[in-house]
Amino acid sequence: MIWSKEETLSRKEIEEIQLSRLIETVNRVYEKVKPYREKMDAAGIKPDDIKSLSDLSKLPFVTKQDLRDNYPFGLFAVPKDDLVRIHASSGTTGKPTVVGYTQKDLEVWTECVSRIACMGGAQKDDIAQICFGYGMFTGALGLHYGLENIGATIVPSSTGNSEKQIMFMKDFGTTLLVATPSYALRLAEVAREMGYDPIKDLKVKIALVGSEMLTDAMREEMYKYWGNDLKVTSNYGMSELMGPGVSGECLYMDGLHINEDYFIPEIINPETGEVLPEGEKGELVVTCIKKDALPLIRYRTKDITRLNYQPCKCGRTFCRMENLSGRSDDMLKIRGVNVFPSQIEEVVLSFNELGPHYEIIVEREGYSDLLTIRVELAKSTDSFGELEQLSKNIRAKIRTVLGLDAKIKLESPNTLQRFEGKAKRIKDLRSSK
Amino acid sequence: MMAKQLSVFIENRQGRLHEVLSVLKKNDVNILSLSLADTTEYGLLRLIVNNPEKGKEKLAEDGFSTMLTDVLVVKIAHKVGSLQVFLDLLSQNSISIEYMYGLSVDGDDAYVVLKASNLDKVAKILVDNGIDTLSDEQLFGICK
Repeated sequence: MIWSKEETLSRKEIEEIQLSRLIETVNRVYEKVKPYREKMDAAGIKPDDIKSLSDLSKLPFVTKQDLRDNYPFGLFAVPKDDLVRIHASSGTTGKPTVVGYTQKDLEVWTECVSRIACMGGAQKDDIAQICFGYGMFTGALGLHYGLENIGATIVPSSTGNSEKQIMFMKDFGTTLLVATPSYALRLAEVAREMGYDPIKDLKVKIALVGSEMLTDAMREEMYKYWGNDLKVTSNYGMSELMGPGVSGECLYMDGLHINEDYFIPEIINPETGEVLPEGEKGELVVTCIKKDALPLIRYRTKDITRLNYQPCKCGRTFCRMENLSGRSDDMLKIRGVNVFPSQIEEVVLSFNELGPHYEIIVEREGYSDLLTIRVELAKSTDSFGELEQLSKNIRAKIRTVLGLDAKIKLESPNTLQRFEGKAKRIKDLRSSK
Repeated sequence: MMAKQLSVFIENRQGRLHEVLSVLKKNDVNILSLSLADTTEYGLLRLIVNNPEKGKEKLAEDGFSTMLTDVLVVKIAHKVGSLQVFLDLLSQNSISIEYMYGLSVDGDDAYVVLKASNLDKVAKILVDNGIDTLSDEQLFGICK
């Protein structure tokens, strides 16, 4: 089901809405938000210079650092009185980034998430268990209001106490799960430990997953645990932009539809800031064009993806972003070549002689960078020939994918460090020398 | 007539060989013969032991990449030139040796552990020429 008629507008209609909203937003922030005015003045841009959508690229970027520098409310475009909600990002280093919402902002947010929930197959009769942490994090409340809006029954179970989560699922007949992909898998494991078969004994048919990258391998795991007819779609967002609801996959699972009447996406080269043509991979930059409290302009998400403007088989016309393939913070520059760890991961996973774990080491040797990839053997051999051939094949594939020569280090199983949270697979030793 | 060889992949890192030997010691696996070959990055440790299955299982539990390979343990006279005569025979039959290492025991006989690509053919040549090999059971007998 398609929630709003906006989702099927023609490109021309979408662009008209975008332009008028962009102009309104730029004028408003220039007038009301001092740091924006200063940035735009420094760049020699006036609100009047924005006459078409392509003028967007003239505006300066906003980064997470700008939010930190103006902690907590410095970038807000409304008086504090008008705020009805405040959220904050986890902020692993230093101060968290604080975001605020007016009543109108919450309505827009609810609308955006309602669309995404429908794209993922959610309906009025669903019983939706939200296994995201409730609190300052935007994930739980964002999905909560959106799903409630379409008429689903909300079970706000939050995270933790997995046995109780399973008990609720069983006793309430939960049909829809909201979680990170890894927690959804963990819950299936717990169900099995409790003696249930998640496929037969539980009624979960839809999983709306987010706040973590959903790789194809992860999706396959989801089917394995929750059954092949599970509808598992990923959705995307971040608190700075609104929370979940920026984009989501429909059941064709061919990219995430961006709510383009509220957000304008761009793809840039993370090194130069230059806007890249449609279809090229780079960093996603998003401009909020219908937000009262915190309308960020050209916000650098650091997420790597590409855009596709072809209308989707589902009937929606909003442009689609590919599932994320990494973060630009993770990007390495090796001998002048941009390297994303996800590219190396793809190569490693394509060899069934290797385990899924790897480590990337970059060193400086003389005036050149040396790339070493440590991998674990998953298949035993007694032959040097086979080991050499394996190294050679990995090197050749790395060269094809990255255009770089790498040193492959084969290691015994379980040699490389394992991570419970965010994996740290890169050792860049160049800066320390 | 084939014997089982225990092969272990080890990185060229200090203490790795020691770790393998510790696992074998702890599990009472006795080594009859070994060969260690290496490249700059890694090595393969090949072992003839009294209980290869147990060795493999215990090493795998400790995270080693290990496997069992069929080899021939060939009896040759413990005297000058006998190995050369034996290799001559293999050469005449166009057998390429992948690797080989010695297994000496007391007395008049010596043994070599041999791996070739066509091991069954080698086995047949040995039988045809009346050359003895040691089976697993006989090997275990040597080291009790």
